[in-house]
Amino acid sequence: MTATHIADANAHVHSNSHEHDAGHHGPMKGWRRWAYATNHKDIGTMYLIFSLVMFLTGGLMAMLIRAELLRPGIQLLDPAKFNSMTTMHALIMVFGAVMPAFTGLANWMIPMQVGAPDMALPRMNNFSFWLLPFAFTLLLLTLVVPGGSPAGGWTLYPPLVLQTGDSFPMAVFAIHLMGASSIMGAINVIVTIMNMRAPGMSLLKMPLFVWTWLITAYLLIAVMPVLAGAVTMLLTDHYFGTTFFNAAGGGDPVMFQHIFWFFGHPEVYIMILPAFGVVSEVIPTFSRKPLFGYDAMVYATASIAFLSFIVWAHHMFTTGMPLIGEMFFMMSTMLIAIPTGVKVFNWTATMWKGSISFEPPMLFALSFVFLFTIGGFSGLMLAMAPADFQYHDTYFVVAHFHYVLVPGAIFGIMAAVYYWLPKWCGHMYNMTLAKTHFWLSTIFVNVLFFPQHFLGLAGMPRRIPDYNTQFADWNFVSSIGGFCFGATQLLFVYLIWSTVRSGPKATDKVWDSAAPIGLEWTLPSPAPYHSFEEAPEIK
Amino acid sequence: MSKNLKALACIASILLASPAFAAWQLNMRPGITELSKQAYGLHMEILWICVAIGVVVFGAMIYSLIKFRHSKGAIADTTLLHSTKVEVIWTTIPIIILVFMAYPAARGLIKDEDMSGADMTIKVTGYQWKWEYDYLDQKVDFFSTLARDSNAARIKGSGIDPYSVPNYLLEVDHPLVVPVHKKVRMLLTAGDVIHAWWVPALGMKRDAIPGFINELWFRADEEGTYRGQCAELCGRDHGFMPIVVVVKSEADYAAWLNAQHAPPAEAAPNAPAAASAAAPATT
Repeated sequence: MTATHIADANAHVHSNSHEHDAGHHGPMKGWRRWAYATNHKDIGTMYLIFSLVMFLTGGLMAMLIRAELLRPGIQLLDPAKFNSMTTMHALIMVFGAVMPAFTGLANWMIPMQVGAPDMALPRMNNFSFWLLPFAFTLLLLTLVVPGGSPAGGWTLYPPLVLQTGDSFPMAVFAIHLMGASSIMGAINVIVTIMNMRAPGMSLLKMPLFVWTWLITAYLLIAVMPVLAGAVTMLLTDHYFGTTFFNAAGGGDPVMFQHIFWFFGHPEVYIMILPAFGVVSEVIPTFSRKPLFGYDAMVYATASIAFLSFIVWAHHMFTTGMPLIGEMFFMMSTMLIAIPTGVKVFNWTATMWKGSISFEPPMLFALSFVFLFTIGGFSGLMLAMAPADFQYHDTYFVVAHFHYVLVPGAIFGIMAAVYYWLPKWCGHMYNMTLAKTHFWLSTIFVNVLFFPQHFLGLAGMPRRIPDYNTQFADWNFVSSIGGFCFGATQLLFVYLIWSTVRSGPKATDKVWDSAAPIGLEWTLPSPAPYHSFEEAPEIK
Repeated sequence: MSKNLKALACIASILLASPAFAAWQLNMRPGITELSKQAYGLHMEILWICVAIGVVVFGAMIYSLIKFRHSKGAIADTTLLHSTKVEVIWTTIPIIILVFMAYPAARGLIKDEDMSGADMTIKVTGYQWKWEYDYLDQKVDFFSTLARDSNAARIKGSGIDPYSVPNYLLEVDHPLVVPVHKKVRMLLTAGDVIHAWWVPALGMKRDAIPGFINELWFRADEEGTYRGQCAELCGRDHGFMPIVVVVKSEADYAAWLNAQHAPPAEAAPNAPAAASAAAPATT
């Protein structure tokens, strides 16, 4: 669908590359353009479309879950199906929607923001994208395999996960493919940033989105192999008689949880740091003021990344760790509040004495800051081990991580799309429609997730298909919020589709009244096929 | 909508019948043990600290959004890039707040883990999908499963209105019975997959892990019936293995214990079939 526009983009030869473009061709025609894609924009587009499809797929599962939980009693899904829906919803949203969306944004924006023509490793880029459709085909096929899809939760805890039927190795191999894809994407990001920055762009002059992605990429390389190792151990426990996680053979089921969360906690930051980057781009633009405390933002991001490696067992307070272990993980988790607080304060200070306007990307960024902070507060509460013994595995946790992932990560992605879409396709979108999408999303995301705090505090465990009638009221409210939030996202799909096809021409700066700073705004809209054929000079 | 109203009416009647189950419940309850009250106190303390921080931070943001609007002709002060003083302040203040939070949390944690001086010990074993309670030294051992009426109503297409079932999904055939004011130590393990034993009013949650023994303790301050559920996903019927604890006076507990001893044949079943069906890893 974007084919014509990118072809268009190629026709706009970038002014300072006139004499150098003799040897360059446009994209290949037809399916080859996508199958053989090596261009960062084509690959970025594929990542983003893929992510959107997965967002809708995972969202559909969420709708089924909320429909089942609308009223007490079992109406739609028998308990085994319900469990596989929660498991698949999480796997698809984490690995299919959020992570590929950020990789797509990285593909589009990092070369444009560091003044490079393309990503450093274009063929690996192609491979890392094309693994994903196969990975998710494999994962989604588990829905029709005898014995049903994985239903032990996305955390895959043994021994329960070892009761999965024939779909088990499919899910494991799907995770292997996703992990390989993520690692390659991360390597590409690091190599591009380290080698292809425009002359004069020292590390501490890089845009925040580039910084947060650089740090995210290191996190990915550090932890995706850990996940791959953990699921491989599950596989050998299941089929080859090893007993890594079986006490009867000298193993320990809790060891899996340690390994999983050693991946899982940095993974949380993999899903949020690039969103921090987006928000750190959007807020200064629409406050018409440079980011407050740039250096502090970079160091805070790095501190969060470091801390993310030493807090994993706060997911496991109820497993019965030694007291000293509980103390350590409680304290280290509390420390994360400090750099995260610095970020929120810096965003606030950026707006202070600014000149603020409320375009759709800014609205999403503001909503992000408010609602992510609420997720941060509940995170701080969960860090308190004696209180966590009450919160753990209840809807309070569900509310917490959805607050940081939906109005957190997902709103960050939406802010990015609304910020850069005109630069990508050369068309301005319908502002009224975009603001409608924003307001409906923000209202309903709260109707959906805020009551889940109450449910958790009242004692409703997570991952149950049916509940006592005392939980009926807030579940009803939450489900209604869920249906409305889900329906609202169709607006988003329509808006992207219609903007890519047509719309008023976007200017090169797109947000003229805000005069955005950054190399991407020095390029025409839509951006040329090879972003910077000649490196710009950074003063 | 009228269905919803009917639901509300039902809830109202349940509310009258059983004051412990309030609809539209917003907050955690203090519970009936030292640990649950401690968790509640910590929860409220952190909640109010978060509310206070939220008022300040959100207040500053909302003030900026109103005061410094482009549409009202605000001119950005682009020299405001960084201020070491401010940055040191807003790094230090959170550290101080965290210390104030960490101290009661650490004290609480030490109390949570203090298993010493228990008056009695009960071993809990989680199975798919029931609990087994073994009163060590008392020769009392029984299984506790979901009550029949709940079990019938929870089947898809059963046609039974959950509102018509008392304590829907939170009732068992044989509740755990403990004496009031006694320190009860629970040893937790599982026969197949990981479960977690949790009664909110008792203030403690612990995983029951196959092959390992975990422990928790509580001392109930009030008599009554307290309900909870398995809190670790354990397969298909994870939502259907509730926990009911009846706290009795010392005399009533002794009477109950005697009654358990009376027909000894009934209270000693072997491991259930569910246990052998699970965990095929080594086979």
